[in-house]
Amino acid sequence: MSSKSSADKVVKTTGLHIGTIEPGVKKVDPIITMDHVHRQFGGLTAVDVEHLEIPRGAITALIGPNGAGKTTLFNLLTGFDKPDTGEWTFDGRNIAGVPAFRLAQMGQVRTFQLTKALGLLTVLENMKLGSKNQKGEHFLTSLFPFLWKAQDDEIAEKAMRLLTKFKLDTKKDDFAASLSGGQRKLLEMARALMSEPELVMLDEPMAGVNPALTESLLEHILDLKTEGMTVLFVEHDMHMVSHIADWVVVLAEGKVVAEGPPDEVMKNPAVIDAYLGSHQDTDLGTVTGRIPKISE
Amino acid sequence: MTSVTPSRIGSHRRSLLKTMMIVLLGLMGAFAAAPAIADTTGEEYDFRIAGNVKNEGEPIADVRIEVANDSYSAEIVTDAEGKWAIGVPEGGIYSVTLDESTLPEGIAVLEGGATQSVEIGPSGSVVKNFFIGEGERQVVTLFDQIVQRLIYGINFGLMLGLASIGLSLVYGTTGLSNFSHAELVTFGALMALAFGVVLALPLWIAFPLALVASAGLGWAQDAGLWRPLRQRGLGLVQLMIVSIGLSLAVRYVFQFFVGGGTTQLPGSGGDKIPLFGAVALSVVDLSSMAISLVVIVLFALWLMYSNTGKATRAISDNSALAAASGIDVDRVVRIVWILASVLAGLAGILWAYFRPGIKWDMGEKILLLMFAAVVLGGLGTAFGALLGALIVGILVETSALVIPSDLKYVGALVLLIAILLVRPQGILGRKERIG
Amino acid sequence: MDWGSILSNTAQSLLSPATMAFALAALGLAVHFGFAGLLNFGIAGFMAVGAYGYAISILTFGLPWWLSALIGIAAAIGFAILMGVPTLRLRGDYLAIVTIATAEILRLLFLTTAFEEYTGSADGLFGYHASFRASNPFPEGTYGFGPWVYNEVELWVLVIGLILVGLAALFVWRLMNSPWGRVIKGIREDEDAVRALGKNVFSYKMQALIIGGVIAAIGGIVYALPSAVNPNVYVTSLTFFVWTALLLGGAATVFGPLLGAVVFWVLQAFLSNVLPALVSSGILPMVSSQQAATLRFVLVGAGLALLVIFRPQGVLGDKRELTFVK
Repeated sequence: MSSKSSADKVVKTTGLHIGTIEPGVKKVDPIITMDHVHRQFGGLTAVDVEHLEIPRGAITALIGPNGAGKTTLFNLLTGFDKPDTGEWTFDGRNIAGVPAFRLAQMGQVRTFQLTKALGLLTVLENMKLGSKNQKGEHFLTSLFPFLWKAQDDEIAEKAMRLLTKFKLDTKKDDFAASLSGGQRKLLEMARALMSEPELVMLDEPMAGVNPALTESLLEHILDLKTEGMTVLFVEHDMHMVSHIADWVVVLAEGKVVAEGPPDEVMKNPAVIDAYLGSHQDTDLGTVTGRIPKISE
Repeated sequence: MTSVTPSRIGSHRRSLLKTMMIVLLGLMGAFAAAPAIADTTGEEYDFRIAGNVKNEGEPIADVRIEVANDSYSAEIVTDAEGKWAIGVPEGGIYSVTLDESTLPEGIAVLEGGATQSVEIGPSGSVVKNFFIGEGERQVVTLFDQIVQRLIYGINFGLMLGLASIGLSLVYGTTGLSNFSHAELVTFGALMALAFGVVLALPLWIAFPLALVASAGLGWAQDAGLWRPLRQRGLGLVQLMIVSIGLSLAVRYVFQFFVGGGTTQLPGSGGDKIPLFGAVALSVVDLSSMAISLVVIVLFALWLMYSNTGKATRAISDNSALAAASGIDVDRVVRIVWILASVLAGLAGILWAYFRPGIKWDMGEKILLLMFAAVVLGGLGTAFGALLGALIVGILVETSALVIPSDLKYVGALVLLIAILLVRPQGILGRKERIG
Repeated sequence: MDWGSILSNTAQSLLSPATMAFALAALGLAVHFGFAGLLNFGIAGFMAVGAYGYAISILTFGLPWWLSALIGIAAAIGFAILMGVPTLRLRGDYLAIVTIATAEILRLLFLTTAFEEYTGSADGLFGYHASFRASNPFPEGTYGFGPWVYNEVELWVLVIGLILVGLAALFVWRLMNSPWGRVIKGIREDEDAVRALGKNVFSYKMQALIIGGVIAAIGGIVYALPSAVNPNVYVTSLTFFVWTALLLGGAATVFGPLLGAVVFWVLQAFLSNVLPALVSSGILPMVSSQQAATLRFVLVGAGLALLVIFRPQGVLGDKRELTFVK
């Protein structure tokens, strides 16, 4: 269950599923379940998931080609989009139609593909914003500092602990816009942790991150699992996926085509053929038959 | 003064005496009538329309008279002497309607119809008397009224459409919500005034010149202001605020040159020819509709089939992709600005005949209606702007049947808000994909 | 040219009800746009609601002035909710259009002869000062020095106005330096990010709309206190003037709108005295005095455009904090 810095010391969580592994397989302890979720944009079906369960306390990766519907599914789950049909539960509670901010209050936080570190606020202000149940955020109490000052100081202490862990503590009073892209990603993740969530949903956390920072980010994500949180992330980087994911869900054209532990999913021929690019050495045209093969 | 023979001097003197006596009698009569002051309304205004309702010399009381132009309306009943007077806020042309249902049985307006138009003279007032006597009334059914309003609404909508197409296309190609677009409308009318009245050129030269001037202003705006600002990298909100400042400055420059009053283009306020039902349109109304239709059709053909037209639509759809496909976005945007200004200028001339009247802020009065039309139809689409404008025009005119006519723009504004609640992309717009 | 009276008139405008009303309106708009990023182009509507609410309560319902002022404020809250529910979910430029439309609908409703009984229609409302004057604590007399000379009524208005401006400024300053203000500033920059952090964005925007609207309505009441309520005052141009004052001073600060309002109004007073004087003394040839008056507004429009191009942060603002500048 603990994570170390080298690949072979990452211990994966197993035994997450019940029964045969296939798309929609039930989980021992699902934190999220989805039924008949359907979202269409004009003539294009973006998401069409019959049944999907995300295991609690594990790191699940959501992969698939571009346009498979991963971000749309993310948006639906986090309340940033409304489905045409569908029901899903979080911690057993029905959350279809619940607005995004309330889901965040319930313990489900997300990050965005294009980092949304609030550049015009300082790093510390960004962090403080992430905290829940702040008395000072109510309009009437905000007018009287003595009512919220103590809590604000506590929040600042917690923020500094997290910032130190993410090595951003020296930047606490800088405007977030002055941080590098990678630092902003770390800030967004640290900020998401301020509310002590149950489920952390990361939309392409490695996008645009330089290799030196990747290890650090992976460490932080593994730490989330150590601290008892569930992680769901969308990613294209297969190395990262096989490195830290306990469970992989493969989405294509809006449907779940495969799921399971990473090594099994990678071996699934359907997944390999279409989505992991086993034909990456040959012209795609030969696969589709457009260009005649000269030799095999 | 030409020389006159003694006998003519004599006859002149006699007619002069006669005139003086009539004037004197009239004055005495006015003084006598003074205690029973004619019922008035709108006393706070400086301009007046007044009249007398008499049937064969007998005054008729409690006859309802209504006076209206596109932004003001008021009504009154005649007093015991059959007199009425209504104050109005500005000079220009008004319609005066006598409500025949308030006349005694069997009495009707004999000449000119129950609704006639007057123009306030240089003295600031005008008198309108109706010739009434025994006769058949023209019965105006509700259906007739609706049809009449519908036709006026279409006329107004076509003109509004011409003005709004440019607004929508500028938004589509550059993202700018141009709050100074209304001033382009006013500019067209002012140029027509300058060439047609001040320089007294024949209209068939003056109007095209006005359009050329409008085109020039559009070109100058893009070349001198908007393109440099785009290149400077100004955000869309900043550009919008710049357009607001510009509209303020330009509007007052207009006031600087033409003052606060209303002037007319030659041929304004012609008699309305009864066509069918209650619909009566003047020659100007009919030509205006015809011109609007022709120009709109030509424009539609251009947009659909010409290369620049297609490029415009491509840029409105996705400007990065259009530029990557080799379209010279700056050149197309320049053309769009010129076209937008010409169409707005033409709309200004038509608006000047519709109101009727040219005023320094005439464009501003319909700015919100233009935005309503464009938003209703779909920001960024030209055909949407047209469709939206027709709907707005018809709504504005027909709503005057059920709500007080000084609130007739409210309907369009409420529609604007409602559309943004229900279908923000407008009728022809496409919903933006989230995420 | 009589510089003495020009300067004296200009100096007087420094402490006039109009300037204070403007300062309050600009402060309200600062809450809307400067801090919350709401493109409210209907601020004149809020001022009208305050002024009409106040005057109608006195004239139609015979209420004392302080209760009428509270009703004016309540009306502003109602108007904010009415305006907010359909519009706060809209994107920036749509919001601008809708807020102008809403304020215009309101003005047309105040102007129509259909409600003349309550609103006075085009004449507006006047003659509601009795109860306010009755509560004046200052004894009859003349107060002040130099160009700032007031009788007891004017002094009373001035004192009330200054107290209100001071309270409003303190209120906004406290608010914006609290966690509530932090959320609002976050929303200004990126709603979705703040939403993902568990804040009810719609509720915050509505609160900002109400707070700013109430402050602007108080401005409308202060403007109406010593004079009259006229629908021709609350036109779209007034909204644009308030925007100019706000951007001039510094949109996202507390003192910016106050400074901007004062500078704007003083400049206006100066120009409206100087320009006709320049004309009559022959320095500005070929221009009549009415034309000279319109030049004032041309300068305001040009000023607004130049301001937002070259110095969008205004006098007191910080460019790094601005969200509408690329």
